[in-house]
Amino acid sequence: MLKSKLAEYVDSGDLTVNLTLRELRSRYKKSFLGWSWSLLNPLSTVIVYSIVFAFFLKIQPPVGEPSGLNNFAAFLLCGLLPWNYLQGSMNASMGALIGNSNLIKKVYFPREVFVVSAIGSLLVSFLIELGVLCAILLLMGNMVLPWIPIVLVLVAIQTFFVLGIGFLLSVLNVYFRDVQHLVSIALMALFYSAPIVYPISVVPDTAHIAGMAIPLGTIYRLNPLVQLVESYRDAMYDLRFPPLLSIVYLIAWSIVLMVIGLAVFQKLDFRLAEEV
Amino acid sequence: MAAAISIEGVSKTYRLYHERNQSLKGAIMRRARVRYESFAALDDVSIEIPAGETFGLIGENGSGKSTLLKCIARILRPDAGTIRTEGKISALLELGAGFHPELSGRDNVYLNGAILGLSRKELNSRFDDIVGFAGLEHFIDTPVKNYSSGMYVRLGFSVAINVDPDILLVDEVLAVGDEEFQRRCSEKFAELKHSGKTVVIVSHALGSVRNLCDEVALLEHGKLIATGPSGEVIDGYLSDVHVDRVADGEYGSRWGSGEGKIDRVEILGANGAPATDIHTGDPFTIRLHYAMSESIPQPVFGVAIQTLEGFTVTGPNTRQAGAVPDQLSGTGHVDLRVDRLMLAPGIYDLSVSLYDYSCSHAFDFRHRTMRFDVERGNPVEEHGVMALGGSWEGAVESVHP
Ligand SMILES: Nc1ncnc2c1ncn2[C@@H]1O[C@H](COP(=O)(O)OP(=O)(O)OP(=O)(O)O)[C@@H](O)[C@H]1O
Ligand SMILES: [Mg+2]
Repeated sequence: MLKSKLAEYVDSGDLTVNLTLRELRSRYKKSFLGWSWSLLNPLSTVIVYSIVFAFFLKIQPPVGEPSGLNNFAAFLLCGLLPWNYLQGSMNASMGALIGNSNLIKKVYFPREVFVVSAIGSLLVSFLIELGVLCAILLLMGNMVLPWIPIVLVLVAIQTFFVLGIGFLLSVLNVYFRDVQHLVSIALMALFYSAPIVYPISVVPDTAHIAGMAIPLGTIYRLNPLVQLVESYRDAMYDLRFPPLLSIVYLIAWSIVLMVIGLAVFQKLDFRLAEEV
Repeated sequence: MAAAISIEGVSKTYRLYHERNQSLKGAIMRRARVRYESFAALDDVSIEIPAGETFGLIGENGSGKSTLLKCIARILRPDAGTIRTEGKISALLELGAGFHPELSGRDNVYLNGAILGLSRKELNSRFDDIVGFAGLEHFIDTPVKNYSSGMYVRLGFSVAINVDPDILLVDEVLAVGDEEFQRRCSEKFAELKHSGKTVVIVSHALGSVRNLCDEVALLEHGKLIATGPSGEVIDGYLSDVHVDRVADGEYGSRWGSGEGKIDRVEILGANGAPATDIHTGDPFTIRLHYAMSESIPQPVFGVAIQTLEGFTVTGPNTRQAGAVPDQLSGTGHVDLRVDRLMLAPGIYDLSVSLYDYSCSHAFDFRHRTMRFDVERGNPVEEHGVMALGGSWEGAVESVHP
């Protein structure tokens, strides 16, 4: 059973690539500016956030240690791009099965392929964006090139992470269409739960609520997203190794999410062709 | 011969949701007790389809043919039973072979080919064949959303057969293609059969099922009623569905000023009793029961028999027959008696009317009020809408010159 499933996955390699290309093509084909959207999107976000957070709210970007970099836009992008990938993947995976109902009802192949290709196409965009970011960082004098392997490791871990979530959300959304609303609320909370637009230094170590000392900083750091963003920033902004513990923690999370996601997917796959 | 597809005790239940609120909130409120009714679309079906055979699935609408085909294609998973298949399956299910409307025909061929398990290299080498068979060279770079339904099916079929399947499943789609394409499909089916491929066809076109298929399975309400050589099963099916298709009740439309009405229409058979089945060449009577609310001078009764396509086969009335009474009131009936019904086997609609003498004012017009089937009788003629009832002479000798 497991073996045949694995064989199926191997067989669907070509198909996954094909669907990913289709995804990319239909995303950019119809739009006037084509591929440049991939760059314009983060660019516009950076402009808006820079105005609001750096200019209005006067949030000071931390000085890169040891890089010495001190630039809000660079600081922001190091966290924002991984965030966009996460958010985009969650949204895309919710549409991955529903949007392909015509195929699911007509042809058989492992349906995991849809989620993988939806996220795969976002991965391609993410990598391009990271490339552009690296170029920007280089222009700012940040020598990121030696750190690129670390970044790629992080991308790989994050991809497993979002795949796990993606499998889960994609089938849940077929059976319960209001998952989308829940997710959009969760995404908003998640966005501010991690040091994307603000430096982690603004989070107090302990908070006093009703006379009790709460180790807020520790709780805050349990959030895998915090570790993820910090790790990217370590590698690209500060130019240092992320703590090994963070990496291990993230790998553990992505394995757990992957197992849960796939298990639920297999279970709910049963009636998929009828329900989508 | 080894079975290419063996279906054993397969059941499939659909869920019919009463209130489909697909929401988490709903599920939690009901504590995950989802309210639905189970509907058995397939009930303990077992069929063995030998390799190399062309197999037909027939049955009325909703009998579970498409469901069974989807189970074979593994798109649906049966709730009970097993389906074992031998070899690569390619399926063309209902309309729209799983194309992406925004993408061009070319992209869709590559996409669909990949789904059906072809590598890019294999696709490159077959691409011209696929497009050629579909006859869509000029449209291959147009988005498929701009295709006509026939073009859609042509491309889908062309991909499905060109991936070299061992088993080809086809659901009804071919009827959409034009004459020429259907002919090419039939040739292709013959070719597939020659090369030992297994083909399963779902169709309502019993004529072509009879010609194409070695064996046929008849489904009814999800149950397997019969399997066997195509001729036998189809004949059995036809004699079943054609019974009792008389006096199906009211359909069609009705208009008229209403001073006089045709309350009821009956079709009577040989013995003057309501007919249960009608055969070519049988005696046949249409009885119109009228009810006049006032006395009507010179009323004209008429009937019309039309094919389902709307072609009027005949339309006799009492005025042309010179049988118009001076005055008619109250209730009663008028009969149109036919000694030998010379309609060819088929399905016909009956319309009846009550007009004034000038035939310009309708008191009552019941358009397509009744549908009836004519079955094969004597003379044995099956084509067109009428039986000529002629006799052939000199034919016997010329067969053996
Ligand atoms: N997704 C579904 N959910 C619920 N019921 C379904 C679903 N698909 C089919 N059914 C029901 O299952 C029964 C069998 O459907 P199926 O499509 O197999 O019929 P069919 O024999 O192919 O009919 P037709 O000749 O009209 O194509 C029908 O009563 C139909 O209403
Ligand atoms: Mg059907």
